[in-house]
Amino acid sequence: MNVPNNLFYAKTHEWARKDGNKVYVGITDHAQHEITDIVHVELPEAGKVFDKEQPCAVVESVKSAFDIYCPVSGKIVEVNEELLSAPELINQDPYEKGYFFVLEAANEEDFKSLLNAEDYKKLIEE
Amino acid sequence: MNNNKTLNEIKSNRNEEKTVKCDVALNINIDDKYIRKTVPNIPDISEGTLLRHYTNLSRKNYALSTTMYPLGSCTMKHNPLVNEKIAKFDGFSEVHPYQSEETMQGSLEVMYELQESLSEISGMDYFTLQPAAGAHGEYTGLLIISKYFKSRNEKRTKIIVPDSAHGTNPASAALAGFEIISVKSDEHGIVSPENLKQVLSSDVAAMMMTVPNTLGVFEKNIKEITELMHDNGSLMYYDGANLNAVMGILRPADIGFDVMHINLHKTFSTPHGGGGPGSGPVGVKAFLKEFLPSPFVVKDGEKFKFHFNDKEKSVGQMKAFYGNFPVILKACAYIKSLGANGLKKASEQAVVNANYILSKLKDRIKIPAGNFCMHEFAMSLKGALGGGVRTLDAAKRLLDNGYYAPTIYFPLIVEEAMMIEPTETESKQTLDEFIGTLINIFEESKTNPDVVHNAPVNTSVKRLNEVEAARKPKLRW
Amino acid sequence: MNYIPVSGSDKKEMLESIGVKDTEELLSLQIPEVLRAKKLNLPEALSEQELMSLFKSYAQKNKSDMICFAGAGIYDHFVPAVVDEIVGRSEFWTAYTPYQAEASQGTLQAVFEYQSIICELTGLDCSNASMYDGATAAAEAVILAVRTSKKNKVIISKALNPEYVSVIETYTKNLNTEIIKLDIDDKTGAVSKDTLNNIIDENVAALVVQSPNFFGNIEDMQTLAEIAKSKKALFISVVNLVSLGLLKTPGEYGADIAVGEGQPFGNRMYMGGSTFGFMAVKKALEWKMPGRIVGQTVDKDGKRGFVLTLQSREQHIRREKATSNICTNAALNSFAACVYAAYLGKSGIRELAEANISKARYAFDVITKIKGFEPLFKDGVFFNEFVLKTDKDIKKINEELLKENILGPVDLSGFSFNCGGKYNNCLMFAVTEKRTKSDIDKLAEILTKI
Repeated sequence: MNVPNNLFYAKTHEWARKDGNKVYVGITDHAQHEITDIVHVELPEAGKVFDKEQPCAVVESVKSAFDIYCPVSGKIVEVNEELLSAPELINQDPYEKGYFFVLEAANEEDFKSLLNAEDYKKLIEE
Repeated sequence: MNNNKTLNEIKSNRNEEKTVKCDVALNINIDDKYIRKTVPNIPDISEGTLLRHYTNLSRKNYALSTTMYPLGSCTMKHNPLVNEKIAKFDGFSEVHPYQSEETMQGSLEVMYELQESLSEISGMDYFTLQPAAGAHGEYTGLLIISKYFKSRNEKRTKIIVPDSAHGTNPASAALAGFEIISVKSDEHGIVSPENLKQVLSSDVAAMMMTVPNTLGVFEKNIKEITELMHDNGSLMYYDGANLNAVMGILRPADIGFDVMHINLHKTFSTPHGGGGPGSGPVGVKAFLKEFLPSPFVVKDGEKFKFHFNDKEKSVGQMKAFYGNFPVILKACAYIKSLGANGLKKASEQAVVNANYILSKLKDRIKIPAGNFCMHEFAMSLKGALGGGVRTLDAAKRLLDNGYYAPTIYFPLIVEEAMMIEPTETESKQTLDEFIGTLINIFEESKTNPDVVHNAPVNTSVKRLNEVEAARKPKLRW
Repeated sequence: MNYIPVSGSDKKEMLESIGVKDTEELLSLQIPEVLRAKKLNLPEALSEQELMSLFKSYAQKNKSDMICFAGAGIYDHFVPAVVDEIVGRSEFWTAYTPYQAEASQGTLQAVFEYQSIICELTGLDCSNASMYDGATAAAEAVILAVRTSKKNKVIISKALNPEYVSVIETYTKNLNTEIIKLDIDDKTGAVSKDTLNNIIDENVAALVVQSPNFFGNIEDMQTLAEIAKSKKALFISVVNLVSLGLLKTPGEYGADIAVGEGQPFGNRMYMGGSTFGFMAVKKALEWKMPGRIVGQTVDKDGKRGFVLTLQSREQHIRREKATSNICTNAALNSFAACVYAAYLGKSGIRELAEANISKARYAFDVITKIKGFEPLFKDGVFFNEFVLKTDKDIKKINEELLKENILGPVDLSGFSFNCGGKYNNCLMFAVTEKRTKSDIDKLAEILTKI
C-alpha cells in the first residue's frame, strides 16, 4: 500500500498536502482500495468553509457511499472537477490526479492532530 | 433471427395507414411558439413485430411463474390467477375518480371491506389505503406521528431505528423531517431493552420495528420495549414487511404498536410486477384517526362514502386520489379466498417452510437466529464457502441452477449474508431441490471454485459490468 | 381456498426434520403465549367460483364504461389489445424488482426502453424508471430542487392540478420549504409573465408550471423557463405525454425537470388508481434524481446488457441520506405506457395528439354555440380539455347525461381553489381520441335540451 512520506493523514483515511498556503486534500491508497471501484463523487462548492472533521464530500462505489471528512478547517478554493467525469482517477492515482480539492487552512494547529506516514501505516496494518 | 435488439433498432415497417383515426376535421393550427420541432425517435412497427419483440424479452426474465424466488424480506408467494381476472373487470377499470360516490359504490365497498379486514388482521382501528407502496406507507405513518406530537405541542424530533432495519426506515424518517438514531442489535440479532435505554431520551418521537425482524427472529423483548417506549411518551411503529410470518398468530396492535403499514404486494399476494405498483395501507389506533390522510371510506347505513379528515388535523394527501385500486382489489379478493383459517395456515406454513430449510443447513453454516426462525432467516456464508468464493458468487451460481437468487448482503449486520424466505407456496419437493442445490454450490466452491466465480453462464447474459454502467451512465438509446 | 402445495405427510416429515411435534410447538418456542392472537373474525373462505360471483356483484354496483367527458388528471383513452397481451405475460407481472440483473434482462431492457421513450417525448436527457403517480413525482421534483439549490422557496402555478398541490404541500411541510402560489390571468387561464416577474427572485429554488395546465390551457413555457433561468431557479414542467406529440417539449423550452401522470398512456382509469409518475431531468441532475434507474452496460463477454445503476443515490445504500425513500417504480403501469408508445410509434404519437386537440376543438365549437355556455377563459389556447361557464343547473346536466350513459364534465365548484366562488357554474370538458363525433353530437344535443 502506497503511503507517501510528505503527507498528513487523518484516521478517517483522508490525506492533506501543504503547498505554500494551499492544502491539497484527497483519500489514501488504502481507502480507495477498500472502497473498490469508485463510480461517483460529490464535491463541495468552492468558497465553502468547513470545520475539521466535518463531512465535505461523498465517494460512491456501485454498492456503497462514504462520507469524506475535512482533515483540517478551512475554505475551499478549488475543486478537482475532472473527478466528476472520471472518478476512476481516485482509484488510479489517489495522491496526484485523484485529489479532491484545495483549501486555505484556517488553523495551522489542525495539522498537529493528523498522523504522519509511519503512524498511518501502523493504523492500516491493525 | 436476432432477438437482441432494443426497440429503436427495429426498422419502421408500417404502411401509411393511420393508427389513430379522427372522425372530425383536423384542426391543429396553433401559434408556432407552442409547437414541437423534433420528432421522437420511436419506430412505427406493426403489432406482430411488437408482440415478438416483447414476448422475446419476457423470456429473458426469471419470474414466479417459472421458478422459486427464495428472496428474504420480499415474500414472493404465488399470485392467484383469479385475482388478476377479477381486476380486469370493466366494472372496476372503467371508472373515473371524479364520478359521484353513488356511481362507484362497488369500488368503495371493496375498499371498505379491505380496510375492515386489515383492521381485524392487525388489530389497528382505522386504515388508509392511499399510500402507494411500503416506503410510502412508512412516510405516511411517520407524518402522522409528527402531526400527533405537534398537536400536543411536544417537540420530539428523533426516530429510533434498529441497525437491522430496511433502508427505507431511516430514509422515510429523514423525509418526514426526523433525525435518525440507530440502536444496535444484540448478539442474538434482536433489540435489547438495555441497548434501547442508552439511546432513549425525551425528544424521541417513535421507534420503528420490523417483527419478526429482518433476520427472521422474533423480538422476544417486544413487550418490555413497547412499555419502555410508551413510558417515555413515545409511539411504536410496526414495519409490516414481515407480516406474512404472523397472520392470525399475533396482532401488532395487541402487542403495543400504535401505527403500522402493510405491504399488500407481499403478505396479500398481489404481484410485484417487476418493481411495482405496490400498495402500503397504513393502520392506526383510534387516538390517531384524525391525523390520517384523506380520504378513506366509511359506511353510512347501506351506503359507502369518502370521509375527509379535518384539513388542519390530517397530514394531508399522500398521492392523487384514493390508492392503487387494482392492488387493493386483489388483496381484498385474496383475504376473502383464504378466510381466517387460511390466512393463519399460510403464515404457519411459511414458518414451517423456512424452518425446514434451516434444519437442513444449520449444521453447515452460521445462522444468527439459532435453531429456529420465523418465516425467513439470514445466514452468513462465510464459513460455508471456499476457494475465495463470496456470497455474491454463490447467488449468481443459483441463477445457473434455475433459481432466482436470495437477498444478499442484507441485513448489513450479518457478514456475507444470504437471506432466505421460501414462503408457504413452495412444495417440499421444490424446497428439497433448492437445499440440494445450495449444498452443491458450497461443495463446488471448494472443489471447482472457478465455476462459481464465473457464474452465471446459463442466463441470457453473463455477469454484467456494473462499475462501467455507473461511471459512464447510458440511460437511454 | 388456499395455495399451499404441502400435503399432510410432507408436513409431518418437515416437522420431524425441524425437531418439533407440530406447528404450535414451533411457534411457542419463539413467541410468548401472552402475545398470541385470538382467532380472527373474518368471513369463511370462498371458492374460486364464489369469489368470482362476489366480485362481479361489486363491479356491477359501479356505473362504468360510460361515454366519458371527465378528465382533470385522469383520462379515458383507448388501450389497444397488444398492451394487455404483453403486460399480461406472467414473466413480467410475476417478476420481482430486477436486482439480479442476469435473471431480469426482460424487465431491465423494458425499463431502459421506457426511459428512452420518456426522454424522446420530453426532449430531456435522462428519465428514472417511474414513480407512484404524477402528484408524487411533482413533489419529489420540488424536493430535488430544494436540496440541490439549498434554497427554500418554491413558486407553483395556481393552475397546477389541485391534487398535485396538496401532495406537494404534504411532502414539503416538515422540510422548511415555503410554497408561493402564482395567480393566473383571467383571460388566458394561464400564467402571465408580469405576475411571475413580480414575485420571483434569486431566493427561489424552483418554478412549477403545468402545461396544458389543470384548466386545459397551454402555457407559454419558453418565456416562463427563461424567467426562471434568469433568477437561477430550476424550471419544473408538469406535462401530459399525449400533448407532447404536438406541443413543444420541456427539452426544447429549456425545462430542468419534467414530471407528470403517465396514466393517459396505456393505462385504464381505475378510479385514479392505476397510475405512474414519470420524471426526466437534464444531464446535470442525473445523480440527484430519486428512484430506480436502469443503464446499459456489457457482460464479461462484451455482450450488451442492462442493470440497475446509480444505486448509491438510493435508500438501500444511503439510508437517511438517500435522494428519496422511494423503493418502487410503478413498473407494470410504466411498462404499459412503453408498449403503448411502441404501438403508436412516432406517427401514431402525432396522430393521437392531433385527434385529441381536433376533437376537443370540435366539442368546444358545438357546445359554445348552445345558449347558456360560454368559455371561462376568452383568450385561452387549450389542448384536449376546456372550461365553460354555464347558467344552467349543473347538477341537472350531469343527471341527464348519466341517464344516457354519459359521464359529464367535471364540476369545478367543489375544488379547493374555488374560494370566493370564482369557479361556480364552471364545467371542465375533457375530449380524448376515444370520443367519436356522434358521442360529442349526442352530448351537445342533451345540453341543448336542458
